[in-house]
Amino acid sequence: MKLDSKIPAGPLEQKWARHIAENRLVAPNNKRKYHIVVVGTGLAGASAAATLSELGYRVTAICFHDTARRAHSIAAQGGINAAKNYQNDGDSVWRLFYDTVKGGDFRAREANVHRLAQVSSGIIDQCVGQGVPFAREYGGLLANRSFGGAQVSRTFYARGQTGQQLLLGAYSALSKQVGAGAITMLPNTEMLDLVVVDGQAKGIVARNLNTGKLERIAADAVVLATGGYGNVFNLSTYARNSNATAIWRAHRRGAGFANPCFTQIHPTCIPVSGDYQSKLTLMSESLRNDGRCWVPKREGDKRRPQEIPEAERDYYLERMYPAFGNLAPRDIASRAAKRVCDEKRGVGESGLGVYLDFSDAINRLGLETIKERYGNLFDIYHEITDEDAYGTPMRIFPAVHYTMGGLWVDYNLMSTIPGLFVLGEANFSDHGANRLGASALMQGLADGYFVIPNTICGYLATQKPGSCPSADGEEFQAAEADVTARIERLLGVRGKRTITDFHKALGRLLWENCGMARKRANLEKAIREIPGLREEFWQDVNVPGEAGNLNQSLERAGRVADFLELAELMCRDALAREESCGCHFREEYEEAGECKRNDQDFAHAAVWEWQGEDKAPVRHTEPLAYEFVKMATRSYK
Amino acid sequence: MKVTLKVWRQQSPNSAGRFETYPTPDLNPNMSFLEMLDVVNDDLTRQGKEPIAFAHDCREGICGTCGLSINGRPHGEGRGTATCQLYMRHFTEGQTITIEPFRAGPFPVLQDLIVDRSAFDRIMQKGGFVSVRTGSCQDANALPVAKPAAELAMDAAACIGCGACVASCKNASAMLFVSAKVSQLGLLPQGQPERHRRVLAMVAQMDREGFGNCTVTGSCEEACPKNISLAFIARMNRDYAVALLKGE
Repeated sequence: MKLDSKIPAGPLEQKWARHIAENRLVAPNNKRKYHIVVVGTGLAGASAAATLSELGYRVTAICFHDTARRAHSIAAQGGINAAKNYQNDGDSVWRLFYDTVKGGDFRAREANVHRLAQVSSGIIDQCVGQGVPFAREYGGLLANRSFGGAQVSRTFYARGQTGQQLLLGAYSALSKQVGAGAITMLPNTEMLDLVVVDGQAKGIVARNLNTGKLERIAADAVVLATGGYGNVFNLSTYARNSNATAIWRAHRRGAGFANPCFTQIHPTCIPVSGDYQSKLTLMSESLRNDGRCWVPKREGDKRRPQEIPEAERDYYLERMYPAFGNLAPRDIASRAAKRVCDEKRGVGESGLGVYLDFSDAINRLGLETIKERYGNLFDIYHEITDEDAYGTPMRIFPAVHYTMGGLWVDYNLMSTIPGLFVLGEANFSDHGANRLGASALMQGLADGYFVIPNTICGYLATQKPGSCPSADGEEFQAAEADVTARIERLLGVRGKRTITDFHKALGRLLWENCGMARKRANLEKAIREIPGLREEFWQDVNVPGEAGNLNQSLERAGRVADFLELAELMCRDALAREESCGCHFREEYEEAGECKRNDQDFAHAAVWEWQGEDKAPVRHTEPLAYEFVKMATRSYK
Repeated sequence: MKVTLKVWRQQSPNSAGRFETYPTPDLNPNMSFLEMLDVVNDDLTRQGKEPIAFAHDCREGICGTCGLSINGRPHGEGRGTATCQLYMRHFTEGQTITIEPFRAGPFPVLQDLIVDRSAFDRIMQKGGFVSVRTGSCQDANALPVAKPAAELAMDAAACIGCGACVASCKNASAMLFVSAKVSQLGLLPQGQPERHRRVLAMVAQMDREGFGNCTVTGSCEEACPKNISLAFIARMNRDYAVALLKGE
């Protein structure tokens, strides 16, 4: 597997401009001769499909939801970063770049991150142009708030629904193009395989989820924007249907999978309450602007929070990280919560929780201000827990939230399969070993609105116009036959255990062994046990119904089957990375409870190559050369 | 706790549907309504029966996928919440709960509790946008928007497109949905150039899809999980009248 990152030469600030200037273009009259299929319509996919179509390419967009507007980008609450420096507080492209690289614990590619910071400003302009109702000040100008891992206020927001508003903006751009007949939109359609012709990605096989019919879609290039794979853990803040199938199938067809073990555990989620639970709910990081995290100082203190005097409380983030306090980055805040719970100082029935307390902020700013800022979040908390967080502190605990790992891409966002581009959370490129808050929305829209339109042309220019293969070709028929066989196999087992049962078992295994803290013995155990669980799945799963109509059990079974393969790769990756960095905390490599990086041996992206069902995958590396930033020990103290 | 479910079962769009009754296994009052259905479905699967098809995704009240009529009310009892934000603690031991899909002519049933809401997409495609090309916008702060207007636009923009407004309306009117988008963009300077064209095109498509008209009963506002106000319908009617007079 050849890993050429294709980073343009020259000074960091000029790389992107120079790349645009020197990249090959497709002439306007030729653009309509190219067909691009975009899979997924979240922030990255919808913005890419709309923009590529505006440029004149023929675009087909598919999503498994009943409409493009439902993708899980919609659930992002807090905000989107941009280096506008509207606050005059010392922000700049360089600072956003540096914060992101440092936040990622120096495991991201410098040039990509710098480009992200450069285009961030244009995203806000674009979204305002579309009518996204961002929060404003009385003078009519845009408001900002602070987020973890930054000492400036650069986060733009729309109440607690920023993701929703940005997605509806991208969806409106998509709808405009669909209405104009420039995009073929196929909702209720799930990609089940990638078609590779002569070593290049030339289409997909997808299933119409309402009718069960398989579709072969041929294209000159394939764009995957299918999000992250955190649902491998079963319990996460992801939407129930988010899955890894598209990227996993592409991986099996030859796309390298980078840093699969890099999973973000978000510190502020509502704790697990029972075995029936289907998902975990995030409480926005913005709450840490005014909420203070604490646990009792004494082990096993079961008093009600109000009964614990100030002197007997441990405001552990403020104590451990005085410079950033409650706004310490996510990986650090999550680990700190785990540590105090491991010390038996956790709160709530299970002892797996910490308090997020607003009483100081309410005393300082008044109840009304807190209501105005976070009212909807307090309401959500109340609905779920039946507790009033204005009167008693919230209980929170970390939960799986995002995956920094994903398919490997070069500077053009092209995977190791020529013609296959990967955008947004589905790729690995910008967040290193930890993502900062409000950066996922930024990356999704940067990739879709500004990066892919300026890089895909370089690839298409190497393809003869009109050379797109027929969807009846041999490779397409073979891929469809594979998909059909797999569906028949799933429906043919007719075993005794439910799909939920397997998903829960996998989730527990992964959370215990490849979650917030990892160590060799546990990872080796998981690598031994996952294949057994997988085998049991294929022998004893019960998938009711048929292939030829709407069958939600079949949909879920296929996704869980892929998770059962991906989970093993995550553990292998975590085992091979013998250092701690960002979210990846190996207990063997720590210094006073903090990550101990090993830049000598692990300053690289690990890229895995699929070798076949019963063969161990091969690990390749892309060295991360830091030319412009000095790798430092990440400190928020 | 245990409850009894009376659920609408329908194999396919063209087959006849019927209610079926299922006793639930033991439930925890802290379960969400959809988690209760998960548990019931696993139980049905174990018994060799077909699980109940229902649409759901984010399970935090923002994606708009879930939509069940519970005891005749879209999204069930309680204001300002979607089906996925409803918890079993609001029901009583032994209660019989009737679950149906959103009922409306323009929302045909696909299977069991899942309906086809693609009519909403087609309305949006006629004008639910500002025609700006990527990369062509000026600096965001070059366009000040008064805070009250921005806040009101955000109130309208909060719509999640679930269709509860349609399901709750005796005329199956989509006016609340359409007026939310028309108002959001009409309140902002960015939306002005296409303001008249937009309202005419979206309303025309709404009519073509077979949604009924508004008779201001306010049931939509009552059912809306995002508390979208009926006042937006008045705003849209005003815009529509002005657009008719002035033309595009």
